[in-house]
Amino acid sequence: MKAFRYERPTEPGAAVAAHGGAPDARYLGGGTNLVDLMKLGVESPGLLVDVSGLPHGSIESTTGGGLRIGAAVRNSDLAADPRVLARYPVLSQALLAGASGQLRNAATVGGNLLQRTRCLYFQDVGKPCNKRDPGSGCPARDGVHRDLAILGASPHCVATHPSDMAVALAALGADVLVHGRHGPRTVPVTELHRLPGDHPERDTVLEPGDLITHIELGPVPEAARSVYRKARDRASFSFALASVAAALDAHDGTVRRVRLAFGAVAAKPWRAWTAEERLRGAPATAESFAQAVDAELAAAEPLRDNGFKIPLVRNLAIRALTDLASRRDAAGDRDPEASR
Amino acid sequence: MDRLSHATAVTLHVNGVPRDLVVDHRTTVLDALREHLDLTGAKKGCDHGQCGACTVLVGGRRMNSCLLLAVAQDGAEITTIEGLSEGGRLHPVQEAFLERDAFQCGYCTPGQICSAVGALEEMASGWPSAVTDPDRATDRDAEIRERMSGNICRCGAYVNIVAAVGDAGRHESPTAAAGRRAGQTAAAGTHAGQAADEPGEASR
Amino acid sequence: MNPPKGAARQHTDTRTSAPVRLEGRDKVTGTARYAAEYAPDGRVYAWPIPATIARGKIVAIDCGQALAEPGAIAVLTHENAPRLGETGDRTLAVLQTPGIAHRGQYVALAVAETLEAARATAAAVRVEYAPERHQVLPRPDHPDSHVLEEADDEAPEGWQRGDVEGAYAAAEIRIDAVYRIPALHNHPMEPHAATALWADGQLVVHDSSQGAGWVRQTLSELFGMDRDRITVVSEHVGGGFGSKGTTRPHAVLAAMAARHVGRPVTLALPRNQLAAVVGYRAATEQRLRIGAAADGRISALAHEVVSYHSTIGDFVEQAAKPARSMYASPHSRTSHRVGPLDVPPPSWMRAPGECSGMFALESAMDELAVACGIDPIELRIRNEPDRDPASGLPFSSRHLVECLREGARRFGWTPGPRRPGSRTEGGLLIGTGVAASTYSADVEPSEAEAHADASGNIRILLNATDIGTGARTILAQIAAEALDVPLDRVRIEIGSSDLPYAPIAGGSTGAASWGWAVHKAATALAAQLADRNIPLSEAGLRMAVNTEADVAARSAEYARRSFGAQFAEVQVDRDTGETRLRRLLGVFAAGRILNARTARSQFVGAMTMGASMALLEHSTMDPAFGDHPERDLASYHVAVSADVPDIQAYWIEEEDPHLNPLGVKGIGEIGIVGTAAAVANAVYDATGVRVRTLPVRVESLLPNLGAR
Repeated sequence: MKAFRYERPTEPGAAVAAHGGAPDARYLGGGTNLVDLMKLGVESPGLLVDVSGLPHGSIESTTGGGLRIGAAVRNSDLAADPRVLARYPVLSQALLAGASGQLRNAATVGGNLLQRTRCLYFQDVGKPCNKRDPGSGCPARDGVHRDLAILGASPHCVATHPSDMAVALAALGADVLVHGRHGPRTVPVTELHRLPGDHPERDTVLEPGDLITHIELGPVPEAARSVYRKARDRASFSFALASVAAALDAHDGTVRRVRLAFGAVAAKPWRAWTAEERLRGAPATAESFAQAVDAELAAAEPLRDNGFKIPLVRNLAIRALTDLASRRDAAGDRDPEASR
Repeated sequence: MDRLSHATAVTLHVNGVPRDLVVDHRTTVLDALREHLDLTGAKKGCDHGQCGACTVLVGGRRMNSCLLLAVAQDGAEITTIEGLSEGGRLHPVQEAFLERDAFQCGYCTPGQICSAVGALEEMASGWPSAVTDPDRATDRDAEIRERMSGNICRCGAYVNIVAAVGDAGRHESPTAAAGRRAGQTAAAGTHAGQAADEPGEASR
Repeated sequence: MNPPKGAARQHTDTRTSAPVRLEGRDKVTGTARYAAEYAPDGRVYAWPIPATIARGKIVAIDCGQALAEPGAIAVLTHENAPRLGETGDRTLAVLQTPGIAHRGQYVALAVAETLEAARATAAAVRVEYAPERHQVLPRPDHPDSHVLEEADDEAPEGWQRGDVEGAYAAAEIRIDAVYRIPALHNHPMEPHAATALWADGQLVVHDSSQGAGWVRQTLSELFGMDRDRITVVSEHVGGGFGSKGTTRPHAVLAAMAARHVGRPVTLALPRNQLAAVVGYRAATEQRLRIGAAADGRISALAHEVVSYHSTIGDFVEQAAKPARSMYASPHSRTSHRVGPLDVPPPSWMRAPGECSGMFALESAMDELAVACGIDPIELRIRNEPDRDPASGLPFSSRHLVECLREGARRFGWTPGPRRPGSRTEGGLLIGTGVAASTYSADVEPSEAEAHADASGNIRILLNATDIGTGARTILAQIAAEALDVPLDRVRIEIGSSDLPYAPIAGGSTGAASWGWAVHKAATALAAQLADRNIPLSEAGLRMAVNTEADVAARSAEYARRSFGAQFAEVQVDRDTGETRLRRLLGVFAAGRILNARTARSQFVGAMTMGASMALLEHSTMDPAFGDHPERDLASYHVAVSADVPDIQAYWIEEEDPHLNPLGVKGIGEIGIVGTAAAVANAVYDATGVRVRTLPVRVESLLPNLGAR
């Protein structure tokens, strides 16, 4: 890890100014991924701007019936928030399915979104990687890629985004509030991460110096009936082989509203727009769920060793939706505010 | 503070004692403890947050000290394994680990114990885990197993560790209770940011 | 053969009356110090630089930028490092030549004032290579591949008896299957570390080692010094599982660096470098052919292993060895076909040979039971030999059948042929499996000293090592029992090469070897004390013993092995193919158990590692680069708490007079032997899918579980 300067501003504007869009400046949140990557030599910032002193550490209810989550909120606090548990259980479940208790206590919401791929080649500076070192090549395509992408990859990169939380946020249609050098703006979380294309070095659409300040969740009534399913090798403390975030509102056996996103299949949390479109108004049955998911996965292009992800994500999605369809609890049952 | 410098003076409150240090910005809390304060109880197993051997309590919450930069923890309250026993009296979790033979080589043990103290606190505070099902009665052992899964034990003492944490949880520790009263520890609905308005005193 | 004395005792409750680990308090309070935690005055830090090619030469090393790093002190390379003497271990000839034998081999070592500076200095070293084509995947057809000559049988085809091919061809039932185990890494929780200090011509090294005496011997050869001038201390060791059994490069590098810079040096290897430099269990491809009659009686058994060694090491995973001793088969053969590869050097990992081989053999036995339509326990009983098939000698004791029966009773085994896929719970498929365990029961000569002082305090001294086994505790117990004194009267001093010679903590030999010497010293001291009727002088009494003659005098007329049986219950998620262990139960016959508390931990710990091997552990050899890319604990998965809900270990009280005066066989390894087979057999029972490649993962099962 090379030596670096350190600053801890207390205002977002000051943080953005301190960063200044410098190529070797980085924001430090919980540090659970950045410090890891600095030790590996993958990241070598000359300046760290610690954003834990910014006033972004709380979760507030919005007037529209949603939540505004500060970017510095710790993963464990978000997962335990009674409003999240009641209205967006998929988000709590996704957070709790990720990492370990210790990591969740340190990791922030903003940092979780911006964590880097765990592709083994990306993490080894002794090897080529187009994401880390553009133009150097992608050994993962023919090498060790069991954990990597089946959707949206490019010849230059087959990395996956490792976050569980982001998959839930994608399903919920969250917005990311960004404070940039030219002021604040909003980016839908489904548009935050990029597919690799010709520029795998760019994980997100953020510009240098852009600071995530909040995540905003709108009211999503069907999310009261939502679930996160994750398949993995180890029973805990491991990244997903595939995961599914799903929310469903079915009435009289017909899908009214549905939200579906896949994790660990692409360089971004994969919102299953095609499947959702097919399902709206369709019967809430395993058969129609299967057809919709198959339509979504028709674009999958597995590598030599990760073809299993297609039936895996398919089965996870069908089961998640089937389970949700069979649930009897009405939306909002457990919402402390709604029941007041 | 010199804007261009690569070192900063900080105060870490370690086991209740303020420790003034000038830290290289690259120094982690783990290395500050081990290499500067001669507190070698927290162990370096992986240095990347993947094993839990470095677990300490920061503001009452368990964290991987290998991923915390010391410069960013200026003012933090840090409890290490050395701070759990008081005047030769072992913490209930330490007692339970001894009695249950919840370790072999001992290298992951301080991290396991600190993690257990934090996990018991999180359970007492009603924080859910990945195996918590609001519609079902709590399976306490399953809860402990899930919550302790951030601490790897290569000797394979898990069965005994889970039993020890269960034992200790039944006789909740006075220090943990005191910590909760002082508002240092985790509680559902207490958000890190509520204290973050006071610069330098954020409960991290 | 001795019948077991009484029934197996239950030891699920850890709250036994057996003594608590003597160093337990130090470990739970964080005061136990490990090798990197000694800080002599002026101590500095080292950070190694691994090769990024698998074969070739260093052309140039540029240290200019590195030495300009603040705090940098030196960079050692093959150009400036101290010259080393020859040892038999070529992995220890560090920084001696520009040649590269595998990726990850050390090419330089940075030394700096602080840990942070050492890492930055290392990162700034520029190495230019002339790479050569590397070969890292086994190629049994290549001319440099050969069948290993067996030490106990010089037959070029490996070891055999009878006419295997003929008997196999004539057999009514034939099993012919290939089992594959990937490379597996030890990954003890304490990464290998050493703190080295030169003072007044003496070298002191605190090393994370399973045997400080071995390390001292190697260092004396490498540095051309008398052993008397070297002290190696391994007081607390954070696990090893074989990877700290021999001297490893870190200890040599630390000593070199300390001499080069004239200051004490600590070198703690970064976790992500371990996979290349401290050994691992080599991948094996094992073909099992079993010919049997319809009733399951085996007539032919061939176990043929393909593996490899490195170009700088000869260690071979002798996986076929246990097949020679397990079952009565008139016609039998084992072989190991290996060749040198440009891979990191394989070495010992817990139960080398047995662990790998028994996965294949015990899976094949399960396949045979299915083919014959008989209960797998009954199959093993039908093939129980009355003497060791390998040597023709009687076993000093063998209670495999008792372990199987006792385990079946405790586990609630349903006897009869397997009925795969017959048990479900919602979307889960449930299955149970069984496998046998075995490990050699060897003993090595050792020395020990016993001292008594005027106040009746006892000191026991020998260079044993406690890597988490509980060695300190059982050795003190042995002394206390022999001297008939309370345990708290006994002080035990181990873990330093200045103490009387003792063999390493390895091969499940510690309790027998060290215990014998301690028993002998304490017994002799007790006799001396009994003969006295005047109080001891200030100097007290001292007895020093050596068991070399005793060990040599042990009868050669017995085969000595431990046996056991393991039972697993798993659940397989029909939708995801995820396999989770539900419970694991083992019953072992391993001689006398000295401490129920620590013994149970040893068994359960090894079974946990076996479950981890079955379902999680996996290192890939990446042919493009010649390394195992899963080099951290996020990508090399070992079991966590959530993976092991219920593991129970029991044992049969075995009295075996042909071992040693203590009647112990050693228990460090047997618990990992057979576990993976029990789990894979349970997966077959649950799903009907026979997984012959470890670990059992989603992709092996999902395609065979039927579409949703």
